[in-house]
Amino acid sequence: MIPLSYYLIFAAGLFSIGLFGVLARKNAIAILIGIELMLNAVNVNLVAFWRYRTPGMIAGQVFTVIVLAVAAAEVAVGLALFISIYRRRDTIAADQIDLMKW
Amino acid sequence: MLLNIEQFLPILPEVLLLILGLLILALQMSLPKPQHRNLGWVTAVGMGLVILFSLPARPGTEPMYVWGGMISYDWLSFTFKMLFIFAAGITALLAMDIEGLGTRGEFYVLMIASTIGMCFMASAADLVMLYLSIETVSIPLYILAGFFIFDNKSTEAGFKYLLFGALSSAIMLFGFTLLYGMAGTTRLPHIVISLLQNATSGLIPAYIGSLTLILVGFGFKISAVPFHFWAPDVYEGAPTPVAGFLSTASKAAGFAVLVRVLLWVFPAEIWAPLLAAISVATMTLGNLVALTQHNIKRMLAYSSIAHAGYALIGVVSFSALGLISVVYYLLAYLITNLAAFGIVSAVGRVTRSDDLTAYYGLSRRSPYLALALLVALLSLAGMPPLAGFVAKVFIFMAAIEAGLIWLAVMGVLNSIVGLYYYLTVLKYVYLYRSDGDTEPLPVSRSFTVAIAVLIAGILLVGTLFSPWFNWASTAAAALFN
Repeated sequence: MIPLSYYLIFAAGLFSIGLFGVLARKNAIAILIGIELMLNAVNVNLVAFWRYRTPGMIAGQVFTVIVLAVAAAEVAVGLALFISIYRRRDTIAADQIDLMKW
Repeated sequence: MLLNIEQFLPILPEVLLLILGLLILALQMSLPKPQHRNLGWVTAVGMGLVILFSLPARPGTEPMYVWGGMISYDWLSFTFKMLFIFAAGITALLAMDIEGLGTRGEFYVLMIASTIGMCFMASAADLVMLYLSIETVSIPLYILAGFFIFDNKSTEAGFKYLLFGALSSAIMLFGFTLLYGMAGTTRLPHIVISLLQNATSGLIPAYIGSLTLILVGFGFKISAVPFHFWAPDVYEGAPTPVAGFLSTASKAAGFAVLVRVLLWVFPAEIWAPLLAAISVATMTLGNLVALTQHNIKRMLAYSSIAHAGYALIGVVSFSALGLISVVYYLLAYLITNLAAFGIVSAVGRVTRSDDLTAYYGLSRRSPYLALALLVALLSLAGMPPLAGFVAKVFIFMAAIEAGLIWLAVMGVLNSIVGLYYYLTVLKYVYLYRSDGDTEPLPVSRSFTVAIAVLIAGILLVGTLFSPWFNWASTAAAALFN
């Protein structure tokens, strides 16, 4: 059987790639995809921990399903906000949405 | 599984809020458009009734875990729930006469949805419940911040709030999974027991790592430095009543989960020094940047960042008095800051500006509003005999009792800095003149009611402090006894 640490290293890598995407990309959609990658890393972690630590309890699996559902809701609201901002400004580049600073 | 009525007692406020939300939805669809403004009265009165009907469902002195351990039925959560519902009722009144906001039924429904989330947040006793409730609070608030879709600033506020919120909640969630992996359980009261049983020194770095990740999420909720960047932009851009709701109820909810998770799960030796540093940075940065602001909503945003720093002093004290002082501080701050934002929305509705120049000579245009602003800002600054003063005294008392004298000194120094910018606004209001200050500034009835209730609250919390103190100590006893 593959040891648990492999999954954890994979999840940590996925999380870091997602975080890099959020910090480095300018397009709001790309930022949102980065956040989705981070949430997927969370899901990998949860399922791996569930399988190796507490296979008898469903808490880990329930948590994963809830994370998936919440992520979908978040993206729905996010895209709606992006559309409303695109209609006003014709751009969703995060560095051009800078009406307010300091 | 059979459901009996007693199972619903611990979540009675949430159930009643849900009914109220459905009622608003139904009314919005059945009432003619000109009547929609009255949904604000329905919401505010409904919130009052929810508080009234929830009072018989008070918890006992011993905390109880219900709904499969998801919810802790104790005084701490009950106290916070009452605060959130009160804040939501007042916000409904403040929003009623705002153009494009008060006539929209979905505004009230989203606010109620967010309030339900806050109530669950205050009582969550399980990581799954905690995450779900935090998102139930955040997602409606993203929409509310960007509610004016034809306004550049409001859409930008929603955009920034969503990106910061989604990022910090993903980071926090990664911390949750590490905690679950180490402990093998998602139930907060069991995590620490399970960690103590199989404590090996190899787990300590992972333990500190998960604490750091979780603090990112909570730091975002309470807008503590260095996770505060969103706050000024969102408060400035969001509709003013929404900004008031964000800076009070949402922040108080953040503190409710912060104290619960820190006290239940993590040993104080690990987090106290970290949180003390965050507290000092938060107060200092908030107050210093507030000095340079020209927009009153931005100034209040930085002031609310600073206030999160003061409240953190009480958490760092790690004692029963410390927790009491946090609850008391949040109560006083919630009433006071809602009043300040209420006055800002009443003025902004007429002058169409949140710039400080719009406040020149306000005392001539509306003496009562100016007086209310005087009371609210002096209470924020911590002047006796107002609520903010007593709250600050308790916070500093707790710090000194815990031997953190340097922290109390930092807090007092910061209060002096804070006093300067609050008094500057009052100088504009009372001493400066503007061209239009002969014409009176109309204030609608809903604003009058809301602001009068809040000003009475500031005076009551500041002068008659023993009932509030007893209430706060009952709440604190749920975690500390």
